[in-house]
Amino acid sequence: MNSTILLFLIQDGITNGAVYALLGLALVLVFAVTRVILIPQGEFVTYGALTYASLASGQMPGTAKLAVAMGCAAFALDLFTERRALHARKIARAFVVNIVLPCIVLAATFWAASHHAPIPLAIALSLVIVAMIGLFLYRLAFQPLAQTSVLVLLIAAVGCHLAMQGLGLLFFGAEGQRGPVLADAALTVGPLRFTGQSLAVYGITVAFIVGLWLFFGLSLYGKALRATAVNRLGARLVGIRTSLSGQIAFLLASVIGALSGILIVPITTLYYDTGFLIGLKGFIAAIIGGLISYPVTAIAALMVGIVEAFSSFYASNFKEVIVFMLLVPLLLLRSLATPAAVEEEKD
Amino acid sequence: MSALLSVADAHVAYGKVEAVRGLSLDVRDNEIVTIVGANGAGKTTLLNAIMGVLPLKGRVAFAGADLARFEIEDRVALGLSLVAEHRELFASMNVEDNLQLGAFRVGRAQAASAFERVYALFPRLKERRKQLAGTLSGGEQQMLAMGRALMGAPKLLMLDEPSLGLAPIIVADIFRTIGELRRAGVSVLLVEQNAQAALKIADRAYVMELGEFVLEGKAGDVAANARVAASYLGFQHEGASGI
Amino acid sequence: MSMRERWPVLLFACVMAAIPLVSGVPPFWIVLLDNIGLSALVAMGLVLLTGVGGLTSFGQAAFCGFGAYTTAVLTTAYGVSPWLALPASLIVSGIAAVILGLVTVRLSGHYLPLGTIAWGLGLFYLFSKLEFLGRNDGVSGIPPLSVGTLKMLDPGTIYFAIWAAVLISAVLTMNLLDSRVGRAIRALRRGHVAAEAFGVQTPRTKLLVFIYAAVLAGLSGWLYAHFERTVNPTPFGAEAGIEYLFIAVVGGAGYVWGGVLGAAIVVVLKEVLQSYLPLLLHAEGQLETIVFGILLVALLQLAPQGVWPWLISRLPFKPVRKQADTSLALPPRPRAAGTPDLLLEVDKARKQFGGVVAVNDVSFDVQAREIVALIGPNGAGKSTTFNLITGVLRASSGTLSVLGRKIRNARPQEIVELGISRTFQHVKLVPDMTVLENVAIGAHQRGHAGALASMLRFDRADEAKLLAEAARQIARVGLADQIDQLAGSLSLGQQRIVEIARALCADPMLLLLDEPAAGLRHMEKQRLAALLRELRDGGMSVLLVEHDMGFVMDLADRVVVLDFGTKIAEGTPDMIKRDPEVIRAYLGAAA
Repeated sequence: MNSTILLFLIQDGITNGAVYALLGLALVLVFAVTRVILIPQGEFVTYGALTYASLASGQMPGTAKLAVAMGCAAFALDLFTERRALHARKIARAFVVNIVLPCIVLAATFWAASHHAPIPLAIALSLVIVAMIGLFLYRLAFQPLAQTSVLVLLIAAVGCHLAMQGLGLLFFGAEGQRGPVLADAALTVGPLRFTGQSLAVYGITVAFIVGLWLFFGLSLYGKALRATAVNRLGARLVGIRTSLSGQIAFLLASVIGALSGILIVPITTLYYDTGFLIGLKGFIAAIIGGLISYPVTAIAALMVGIVEAFSSFYASNFKEVIVFMLLVPLLLLRSLATPAAVEEEKD
Repeated sequence: MSALLSVADAHVAYGKVEAVRGLSLDVRDNEIVTIVGANGAGKTTLLNAIMGVLPLKGRVAFAGADLARFEIEDRVALGLSLVAEHRELFASMNVEDNLQLGAFRVGRAQAASAFERVYALFPRLKERRKQLAGTLSGGEQQMLAMGRALMGAPKLLMLDEPSLGLAPIIVADIFRTIGELRRAGVSVLLVEQNAQAALKIADRAYVMELGEFVLEGKAGDVAANARVAASYLGFQHEGASGI
Repeated sequence: MSMRERWPVLLFACVMAAIPLVSGVPPFWIVLLDNIGLSALVAMGLVLLTGVGGLTSFGQAAFCGFGAYTTAVLTTAYGVSPWLALPASLIVSGIAAVILGLVTVRLSGHYLPLGTIAWGLGLFYLFSKLEFLGRNDGVSGIPPLSVGTLKMLDPGTIYFAIWAAVLISAVLTMNLLDSRVGRAIRALRRGHVAAEAFGVQTPRTKLLVFIYAAVLAGLSGWLYAHFERTVNPTPFGAEAGIEYLFIAVVGGAGYVWGGVLGAAIVVVLKEVLQSYLPLLLHAEGQLETIVFGILLVALLQLAPQGVWPWLISRLPFKPVRKQADTSLALPPRPRAAGTPDLLLEVDKARKQFGGVVAVNDVSFDVQAREIVALIGPNGAGKSTTFNLITGVLRASSGTLSVLGRKIRNARPQEIVELGISRTFQHVKLVPDMTVLENVAIGAHQRGHAGALASMLRFDRADEAKLLAEAARQIARVGLADQIDQLAGSLSLGQQRIVEIARALCADPMLLLLDEPAAGLRHMEKQRLAALLRELRDGGMSVLLVEHDMGFVMDLADRVVVLDFGTKIAEGTPDMIKRDPEVIRAYLGAAA
């Protein structure tokens, strides 16, 4: 292999790796705050990508209707759980967030679909729709389970993934779609050609990584989110609204997922189940980071992207066996390197 | 004047048992009230229920508001704070972060002066401010829990067994601190096994047994009561508690 | 084995045996029940592994694969009889479990389930790539099980084999959990540090549970192979692995019968959705998965601990509690001959954590028949010193000797054999075991029954003696009334007393107590002091850390004072009370 191919493979690997890094970070974020291992992250990618692609081609995406349906369910759930202490302001707030907002977005989406919306509008609407779905997903599926163990939350996450992937098939069909590029520009450095799209990927990934790192490390709200994950009761005792923390975490994760989808759908065709496979690679990176460390997750994600690029070049029959079995000693090394966790089993 | 905290006819269930059986108490501004009682009397359950951690049947009013409509987080915002039996610290975050989060609901300017106050009260915490809370010794964790609660400038601080596991010299400090709180305008509701020390600094006291109050009144009167002395006060070691 | 405990199982067995014999039962239901049984076997293993042991595994399906492929290959390529292939299937699954287990149980925290996903997927791909396993087509033409001339070709006949396996496994598993080894397993999730202090070998116990779960899965695989009579990789992949985990969690991950109930719920639900949903809604697409996913989440919200415990809590019958026969005697812990005077010697012990010196060249000793108190401000290094003595931490330098034997590198399990047992500053009991069971852990290394003996109930005599000892110690500390209560429901003060009873069960010569009086009221402290004096007079020594000066000064023979990791004073209580250094650092205003 010559150096040009090497460079191409590395560039390819890094571009994909950047997306895996974003998804891995979202997973670490959600886990840190809610202890949920967000298996449906892949569905946020799919929904974001296909909603964008549908709007750009003048079709009405089913996800907008899903958001409204989930909103209604969330409203009903809010009323039910607060039934002993209801008053006008609470009901009004719930109504606006859960019913009014999704309906407005639905109307806007309808208008956009029938008027061949410009790209920025399509992006904005896709992000908002998926953000709402993420918010409602936490409210409906995970907030009621906030006190349970990581295992129960994981099983619930699998259930959500199954339902959401099924809905994805229902909304978008079995055929894949591609979306329009964000920028047509291209940059050539030596033998490598960087498209505007891939530059956007790098830029946004770096911005998010830095932003998240700053947010969690330095800002009070970031610390409040971390505190919620570490000790929920303790967080409530200092006045942190823990249910809000969870909602924010899911909101961030779904926006990151949707954004990732929108960034790659112009480059690759995405099907209703591709998101899951992409999310899986982000998951592997997050694992290697121990579901704690952002920098390790990001580096691991880049490695995964590069390894993937090389292994598809050298397609081998036993590659999956080797990859998965190699993961085990890697996990062992990481496990031994991590200091012994505090014994208190919060499960 | 009306009470800062007023609990009327409270019933709290702990699992299948009724741990608190129809009791009433109040705490006024600038006073220290203590509840003494044996293990299993229901004191911790009562504090948890007032804070909102457990459901309470009955009426609880704080600073004029009926707490039934308030979640824990909102009760904190009203000025009610609890240092729980298990302290509930953020073990994997450091001392400074724990304290900073204690001031979550107050403004940044207030937080800065709160830090000064808390570090003055507990110099040990200042030394270890970058240390992870989970690696502190038992007594230091207790100090951190109290410091964190004080960061929020509460109107009423509820303390669940603050002297548990603390060295006598530190117990003296803690009780002195509690006294200073009253001077600073903070009321304290103190649940304590160390009835001696508690009755010495409190203004009023309740004695709790099996979910009910069997005696209440001025702290001095309660301490002088013969039965209380026999059950709860035990022998006094000279000077050891330094109070 | 008392009939009162076992009659529900017997009843269930009779009902299950009767079902295929009743005419009019649709054959379709029998097939469903067969599938439920197969899943239930794997789920029971998961209950033990994940629910009780706390080790989440996504890879159990791979062990089914080992069991299934072993018998498939042996019976088709080598003409071995299916019954002879059974031990082979179990052994192959077991060996695979040993190999994978040795790596997996060393993984901590989240890495463990992730490791199981990794090798689960790896093995799945292996099954589908190997030539002699038929690659993706697998192996077919597997002969049925046969008893004499009866061939179990019909789902209705292999039904008996499957459900016999389920019932036998359930009984064996329940037996295992209800034994000395069972207590060690139940302590894995939330109490293994304490369990290790009483002789439990945690890695070995984890490996045991791992192998057990794998063998059950292998058994399920063997039955599957002779039921379907064709084997391919698909049922042994990631989807199946996750599904077994659902089944365990939905049914009730901590309960043996939760596995069976969970299997029933999930299998029936999937069947109902697949058959009826398309008819109901006339729609295409993966509607079954959507509804299944939503129902799964709903079920978890309604019964987060599982459906089985939810069901049980609504039934009127009370759980059966063991009654210990206190007349039985447990042989004492083996001791060296003679009565030495010097029990423990700590000589310039030092412990450093990075730059922080927690214990700074501390020296003291404990003689026979004395009560020594270790006092000092918070952070003085008292609990760290305890941890050095009991092997939880290793000293950076210095020597510690017990009965003249150096113990600097000893592990907690060895320390307890030498005759030192302890309590902990933060109570370490297993909350969902009763007081009796928690205290019985203290006598763990005085028992001998292994896992196999426990499963087959050969351990009853040994167990009765262990429980008798535990009951005696519980009575001794004054908690006889609470003996059947769940440890988690006791107040903190009572829990601390339970820890003392547990420590006494180890038949120690030196008892290390970490703040035993914290949370006790006056009367209880008096009783505790009386107990400790009684123990001392009977030949035991006590080393205790305490903050209650009234309690300590009246009780201790000698007092050692630490401050910032350094010993600042040692002497009788009277001397210490007057020592100016001690007053300055610890006691406060002078008398």
